[in-house]
Amino acid sequence: MEEKTKKKKIRSYPILILSGFYVLLFTAMLVYISVYSYDNRQELMDNSYNTRQQILLNQNSRGRILSRNGDVLAYSESDENGREVRIYPYGREFAHVVGYSTNGKAGIEALANYYLINTSIDLSQKVALDTKGQKYPGDYCITTLDVNLQEVAFDALSARKGAVVVTNPKTGEVLAMVSKPDFEPGTIKQDWDSLIADTSPDARLLNRATQGLYPPGSTFKIVTALAYIKEHPQDYNNYRFTCSGRFTFDGESISCYHGENHGSVDFVKSFAESCNSSFANIGLGVSRNVFSQTLDQLLFGKELPIDLLYSKSSASISEATSVGDCMQLSIGQGATSVTPMHMNMITQAIANDGQLMKPYFVSSIKSEDGKTVKTYSESVYKRLMTADQARILQSMMKEVVEQGTASKLKGLSYTAAGKTGSAEFTNTTTDSHAWFTGFAPAEDPEVCVTIIVENAGSGGSFAVPIAKRIFDAYFGVE
Amino acid sequence: MKLYVTEISKYVIDAFLLAYVIAGFYTFKFKTEKKRKGLYIFQIICMFAVQSSCFIQIIARTGKPVYLFFFAFQIVIFASVLMLFYVIYPEGNRLLINNTCLLLMIGLIIITRLSYDRAVKQFFIITASFIIGFFIPEIIYRFDFLKKLTWVYAGVGIMAIGAVLLYGAATNGSKITFTLAGITFQPSEAVKVLFLFFMAGALVEAKELWQLFLLSVVAAGHVIILVLSKDLGSALIFFVIYLALVYISTENVGYLALGLIFGMFASVIAYRLFSHIQVRVKAWLDPFGDIAKSGYQLSQSLFGISSGGWFGLGLYGGSPESIPYVYQDFIFSAIAEELGVIFAILMTLVCVSTFMMVMYEGYFLKDRYYRLIVCGIGIAYIFQTFLTIGGGSKFIPLTGVTLPLVSYGGTSVLVTIIMIMIAEGVCMVRTDERYEAMEKRRRRMAQKAAGRGEKAPVKTAAAERSKDGRKD
Repeated sequence: MEEKTKKKKIRSYPILILSGFYVLLFTAMLVYISVYSYDNRQELMDNSYNTRQQILLNQNSRGRILSRNGDVLAYSESDENGREVRIYPYGREFAHVVGYSTNGKAGIEALANYYLINTSIDLSQKVALDTKGQKYPGDYCITTLDVNLQEVAFDALSARKGAVVVTNPKTGEVLAMVSKPDFEPGTIKQDWDSLIADTSPDARLLNRATQGLYPPGSTFKIVTALAYIKEHPQDYNNYRFTCSGRFTFDGESISCYHGENHGSVDFVKSFAESCNSSFANIGLGVSRNVFSQTLDQLLFGKELPIDLLYSKSSASISEATSVGDCMQLSIGQGATSVTPMHMNMITQAIANDGQLMKPYFVSSIKSEDGKTVKTYSESVYKRLMTADQARILQSMMKEVVEQGTASKLKGLSYTAAGKTGSAEFTNTTTDSHAWFTGFAPAEDPEVCVTIIVENAGSGGSFAVPIAKRIFDAYFGVE
Repeated sequence: MKLYVTEISKYVIDAFLLAYVIAGFYTFKFKTEKKRKGLYIFQIICMFAVQSSCFIQIIARTGKPVYLFFFAFQIVIFASVLMLFYVIYPEGNRLLINNTCLLLMIGLIIITRLSYDRAVKQFFIITASFIIGFFIPEIIYRFDFLKKLTWVYAGVGIMAIGAVLLYGAATNGSKITFTLAGITFQPSEAVKVLFLFFMAGALVEAKELWQLFLLSVVAAGHVIILVLSKDLGSALIFFVIYLALVYISTENVGYLALGLIFGMFASVIAYRLFSHIQVRVKAWLDPFGDIAKSGYQLSQSLFGISSGGWFGLGLYGGSPESIPYVYQDFIFSAIAEELGVIFAILMTLVCVSTFMMVMYEGYFLKDRYYRLIVCGIGIAYIFQTFLTIGGGSKFIPLTGVTLPLVSYGGTSVLVTIIMIMIAEGVCMVRTDERYEAMEKRRRRMAQKAAGRGEKAPVKTAAAERSKDGRKD
């Protein structure tokens, strides 16, 4: 019929096009709104300009923070005036890593804030609490921290300034993180003004483990060695050098620690005995391009995959770098700086055959009535080097224990590997920060430890004993 | 008990609104109002269920019986509007009136939660608007001479917004309001309707290129005055109406492309010239960068939208009052916060279905003049909705316009109800067209049958009309 053909005729293209356009536009907008508000809900809630946090705090009491074994690291309680107070049973021990929730937020308190102030308990429980006139308990978070290791690290650092990071290289779990000097988290509100007013180098609020930038000293030889292995994959072992306690090239010179004369050394021995002269020479034997690539690969000057506040490490080399600076870089001095956490991550990657797992602090979030709200599982962040390169570095770090500067870790019930460092931080004196970064057992690494003790002396004498105490505690050796 | 009520009602509200929205889109499957009747009745049930659940939540949270009376008055008014409309204009489109009522209800609920006094004021404005609105379809249908006043509309429109530019009061740096005898008007809203009639008339008259040019100059005059008044949102709406209507009328994509290119140049020039536009764009790109000042509104709005989650914090559960201008520009954020993102999305889909129905009516209309009017209404409505929701959610830069029917504000509600009623009047014109076409066909078929000497089926158009059967 005539009418039927007419029916199919498009009456107006513009109306169809305009209608279709707006329908698509609204679809895009609604998808955007859903995705944006869902993805950014934590960040938006944590914003200090968001007054809704206060609504949640009036309704829920802040959730607890537990160690990996269920020890309570932080909880909230009402005082006699009905005000909520935060209590930290371990006091200063966990001050930096657990952080605080008044006067701004830091540490895990900041990291897990969104969950700690929200509650996922059942409606019936809420009703029961309502009738009693009580607040709802916020969800609690189970961390990856180990109280025993944390206490050992805390005690071992004693009254010195510095930091200790203990991690599991296979999973990325952070087992302990200590930074000194510290503060008393329970009274931070009262102490705040004096903490802020304090301009001494103590910087008590600074988490040195993630924010402290130190010259890496000899621990950086790991990086230089990796660059050399990359440059000479076949014949790096043919390297020979005769150390006279001092190396001079192009008018620039580098001395060994305390002017020690290492004699004839090969590649592994240079590393094990931490011969500065030889490593300055090794550094000059690496093309600038490969060196620079190695630095990039090891995340120098890059974002790190950690959720706490941190500082970016810096180390750089280019064609324009002078010979002197290149030699300084090779032994981790000069303008080079690194955070203990970053050094630990490089060690983790070596221990885990080149693969860096994303370090994490929180393993799960649960509601007080036992529901699991969220679990965080291990995830690969990135491969920092090939498995072969990692294994070469592992065996070299083992030699450091067997033959070299970390011999205090030799002949124990477990095997360890690592690299010491004694980083000079002024040009005028030979005072140095003591470094150690390493892992155990050497064959199948389960735990990585990085230690820095400020202004202590050599890594071998001051940092390695702390590592030993932590390894002992980890493996249950009395 | 209170907690059970507020928690469970969240899901009940979303379920009914979802059912409403599905029914709304399902109406497009049927061509006649008669066949859609069941869906409409279902929608009305859902609509009152949503409203009741919200008011139960409000009363459970506040414990104030005064809200119960307010709620009862609302039911009376909305039920009478829905019934009267059906009785007076059986040929009108009931999806439009259902959607209008639902959006007004949602607006009243969230305004009640924010400020009872304002909600009562809004309620009186709605009632008055409907009383005025009920005459509109009949006026559109009967008074053909309104079509001939093209240039009068332009003159009055330009004078009105020009007067605001010269003598108006500045709100937030934009000159948009005008106070007369103690009542504050926002003339740009009302001029929008005049502009639609002007554009439709001028485009129907335009046979030569110079005529198109002339009407473009007059349209540009409107836009420039609004830009100078710093009423960016309205300026954009006028421009978009102009573009869409020229495109629909001429069916020439070239004009649309030309207009868009011109629009882009104009935006760049405006961006360079006006610092307040730069501030808006900067706040849009990074609202948290200058959160204390220029980014404050937008970041508060985003906090609101995201804090509610899918099902919302419940009425009185959030703090939408911390969002500046929440009654007008950011009502969507308040709704998303307390009634949930799902509810806000469903509500937006109600707006989209309103737009689609208006365009649907325009598509099937033969009369070019009314087609332009009704499509103009659709575009104006959906574009304004887009500006306010997109602006509050960081999808586009903020322009500061109201969400039609939902936001608080007298002029906006009145003008939107009038526009919907004009669309209803045009629906009646289309129904007429349909019967005319039907009658013509019947006559032709009767002639044919008589020619062949057969007995033609004798059915009068009037009898058919009462059955409301559309077959073309």
